[in-house]
Amino acid sequence: MTRRKLEEQFFKLLMILATILVSGSFFLIVGTIFYKGVPYMNWDMISKTPGGGFYIGKEGGVLNAIIGSMYIAGGATILGLFISIPVAIFINMYMDGKKFLLDTLRMVFDVLFGIPSIVYGAFGFLLMIYFGVRASLLGGIIAVTLLVIPILVRTLDEVIRTVPGELRDAALALGSTRWETAKVVLRAIKPGIYTAVLLSFGRAIGDVASVLFTAGFSDNIPTSLHEPAATLPLAIFFQLGSPVAEVQGRGYASALILTIVVLVITLLSELLLKRSYKNKI
Amino acid sequence: MQKLRLLTDKIISKLMLLFTVASVSVLFVIGIGLYYKSIPILNKLSWGQLLGSSVWKPFKGLFGFFPYIMGTLWVTGIAIIIALPLCILTSLYIIEYAPSWLKRFLIPFVNLLSGIPPVIFGVWGVLFIIPLIQTYIAPHFVAYSTGYSVLAGGIVLAVMIFPLIVSIVNEVLRTMPQELKDASLALGATKWETIKKVILRKALPGIIAATVLAISRAFGETIAVLMVCGNNPVVPHSVFDTGYPLPALIANNYGDMMSIPLYDSALMFAALLLFAIILIFNIISRVILTRLERRMAG
Repeated sequence: MTRRKLEEQFFKLLMILATILVSGSFFLIVGTIFYKGVPYMNWDMISKTPGGGFYIGKEGGVLNAIIGSMYIAGGATILGLFISIPVAIFINMYMDGKKFLLDTLRMVFDVLFGIPSIVYGAFGFLLMIYFGVRASLLGGIIAVTLLVIPILVRTLDEVIRTVPGELRDAALALGSTRWETAKVVLRAIKPGIYTAVLLSFGRAIGDVASVLFTAGFSDNIPTSLHEPAATLPLAIFFQLGSPVAEVQGRGYASALILTIVVLVITLLSELLLKRSYKNKI
Repeated sequence: MQKLRLLTDKIISKLMLLFTVASVSVLFVIGIGLYYKSIPILNKLSWGQLLGSSVWKPFKGLFGFFPYIMGTLWVTGIAIIIALPLCILTSLYIIEYAPSWLKRFLIPFVNLLSGIPPVIFGVWGVLFIIPLIQTYIAPHFVAYSTGYSVLAGGIVLAVMIFPLIVSIVNEVLRTMPQELKDASLALGATKWETIKKVILRKALPGIIAATVLAISRAFGETIAVLMVCGNNPVVPHSVFDTGYPLPALIANNYGDMMSIPLYDSALMFAALLLFAIILIFNIISRVILTRLERRMAG
């Protein structure tokens, strides 16, 4: 009897330790980044582009990378939204009775979601060679759009599925066409669309492997789609690889900036999710 | 007016069909595109040479992927060995033991972890895991290590796949019928015995699906692993050896790949390899999960 009780106690302890470790790793990571990044943080980092001697430790900041990342993540999310909203509506409202096809489609998006960003990057690079586009803001946006479409479609699909069938039935019964019904549904899932946008933006702004080949790198803020653009994750990667301690330190500060941006985005989406649940009956 | 509305509906539905077909076909276009680009190297070298040879001399036209494949397998293996037990224990605690206020607190933290970008995991690996291995772990086992090793890659990857495994196992555990637990508890089993002999056994397919999905995620992870693995194209023989996983190979060499003949083809072959493995693993796990879902629903 005591042996069984002991075993129970032992494994419960093990579980608690594992839980502390798994959920604590978040604090460990964010703590490390703050601890190392804060001493190098200053206003110049986020307000200036790299100056002449930036890569040997002289003045400047990573504004070029911040703006570049915003352009790419924003552009990709908007472009992705234009494609994924119709897709999500189509598979939910226009495919009644085609169960097998529907399951297969959902599976394809699940699989696309699982394809690593380095493969999207390599494929985007192939596309660019094929069309003769050089590493540029446009190339980066296209590669990242491919990456975020599955995220957007999956999220929107899940949200649309939570819309009560009665709402659709009511709209259809009043004589509206499927597209007019879709507009009603879209209005109902507005918070869900915001959540999808945040998820997609958060993923897009943090990804390196997809923009590595496609967006290039530049010390200037891009002024057209055909100019190469720096991205924050790539800037962190380059700065960390530098032998100069001051530049490495700026890498930590850049990491801090990216972490804060991503945390704010994640928190916002959690809050939105909570609110949309509250609105439900 | 009536006609116009119907026409709009029809046009829009065709447009949406087009978008759907286009975005789904991306999967096939990627596969075909990468394969097409790999043909030159597949014509020159046999599959056996490509996958089994350790000689990597692009200038001489020799491309042996064996060290890179082993690097990927070591890193992924270490990550799964670390993450799987920890995540299953965590899920069991969250679902079976934790009071609901704690549950509400714990689950968002696991989600927050999944939002952190790969490069931040890499920075954390360099700043925290590397020194940890270098000064505290490695000296007990080997004479000298810089810390840059497959172990470092494995640990960083393990933390990266925590949220994925925990969230899927959570879902699976949540679908376990209460009657099953009640029956076991009523027979006098302790809670842990119920978990060990009833729940885990019933949840096994789901746990396998989560593992397969986690493996495929770990396979393709690039930047975080690249930053902490040492990137030395030699087959690792211990956890403290450096390794050079496939995605890191692609990421590190895209710059010179246009100047050496066949190099671009070799790198696209590496991407194709990753794509094919991950595709198969993803399909396997999704099929298991969909079946589970259906069984629970029906």
